[in-house]
Amino acid sequence: MANGFTVVQADPPPKVTRPKWQLWGAVIGAAIVWWVVYQQLQPLANWLTYELIGLAPESHLGEAVAFFLYDVPKILLLLAGMIFVVSTIRTFFSPEQTRALLGGKRQGVGNILAALLGVVTPFCSCSAVPLFIGFVESGIPIGVTFSFLIAAPMVNEIALVMLLGLFGWQIALLYFITGLIIAIVAGIVIGLLPNVEQGVEDFVWQMQVGSSGEPTTDLSWDSRFSQARQSTVTILQKVWFYVVIGIAVGAFIHGYIPENALANILGKNAWWSVPVAVLLGVPMYANAAGIIPVVHALMEKGASLGPVLAFMMSVVALSLPEMIILRRVLKLRLIVMFVGIVTTGIIFTGYLFNLVL
Amino acid sequence: MVIKVLGAGCANCQKVVALAQEVVTELGLEATVEKVTDMQAIMSYGVMSTPGLVIDETVVGSGGIPSKAQMKQLIQSKIG
Repeated sequence: MANGFTVVQADPPPKVTRPKWQLWGAVIGAAIVWWVVYQQLQPLANWLTYELIGLAPESHLGEAVAFFLYDVPKILLLLAGMIFVVSTIRTFFSPEQTRALLGGKRQGVGNILAALLGVVTPFCSCSAVPLFIGFVESGIPIGVTFSFLIAAPMVNEIALVMLLGLFGWQIALLYFITGLIIAIVAGIVIGLLPNVEQGVEDFVWQMQVGSSGEPTTDLSWDSRFSQARQSTVTILQKVWFYVVIGIAVGAFIHGYIPENALANILGKNAWWSVPVAVLLGVPMYANAAGIIPVVHALMEKGASLGPVLAFMMSVVALSLPEMIILRRVLKLRLIVMFVGIVTTGIIFTGYLFNLVL
Repeated sequence: MVIKVLGAGCANCQKVVALAQEVVTELGLEATVEKVTDMQAIMSYGVMSTPGLVIDETVVGSGGIPSKAQMKQLIQSKIG
């Protein structure tokens, strides 16, 4: 995901220092406005659909429209709030610091720490290559590096918000925890592969890595919040369209597809639904925002949670473009192993959800 | 002045190049803006998140697109 530009030197002192209460007042005020608006969404959507447009409450079209008018602002508001909070947290972290924290950690503890840091460290898959080289060159074990690289895209704030908004906090938490576990276990397994070092392109080991100054994470709250605001706007600009399209498709399914239509294809009893869902997810990339509303609607119609979550995980964790980027530092053999191990983990998780829930 | 943008052709890197060029033109500076895409060269600056911004061989920032005001300030602080 997009993340903030960090400056190497400390911020110059701001020309006009606003009093502290003004800054916190603005943030708290915004949070209150956010909450009040959020509470009004359902009544507002109903009023718009049934009173203003005048659709019949029991009609297919009425249900679809009310669903759309409620979900679009709800998800966008949730996204804005959550991205702002996560971006603020991320101003405390940088890849360089994460590398320092992971330095000297062994397999095991290192994998757990790497997966957790993967969630909070600002990271974009387009910098996967320099990050990989930077980590490996500084002596961080390959398995630990992979735990980071798997967790960073999989447990991302957009997927979490969409799950929270549409499926509730229990499912979001379940996704968060299983995502971390997959990243940890897959990293440990990769680290245990025989001769894993030889799976990395030879030039990586000959690289001379320089050191730039540590990007500063010692900022004023003023610049933390303004950075967070900036990245919230950037990310929303990037995803709002997918959200709208995804919810539109979801609303159509919600209003028009009969209940339980999918129980036979995507239900618990179809054993092949989990692997098929994972395979379908691989070619899709970075559209978590658009895909979650669709899978949510599918679930209402009888799809079970296992294939649905497996599909989502494979969409975000196994993307073709990222594999192509990583191919520059990894030999094909290791990429195949990596995909195979993560796929196995996701399929296993999918069956586990079907079993437990 | 030499401004280098480190990054292997990602969309954000192009934007940083364009932004740097714009600020340089606006300030009327004699400066060249270069793209550095070679991985060894990028790593030699120790940058782990692209795009990285280097002014006169010093890394001044990385990991995103600076705001125009930030870019201006970074460039100006290197003049005087």
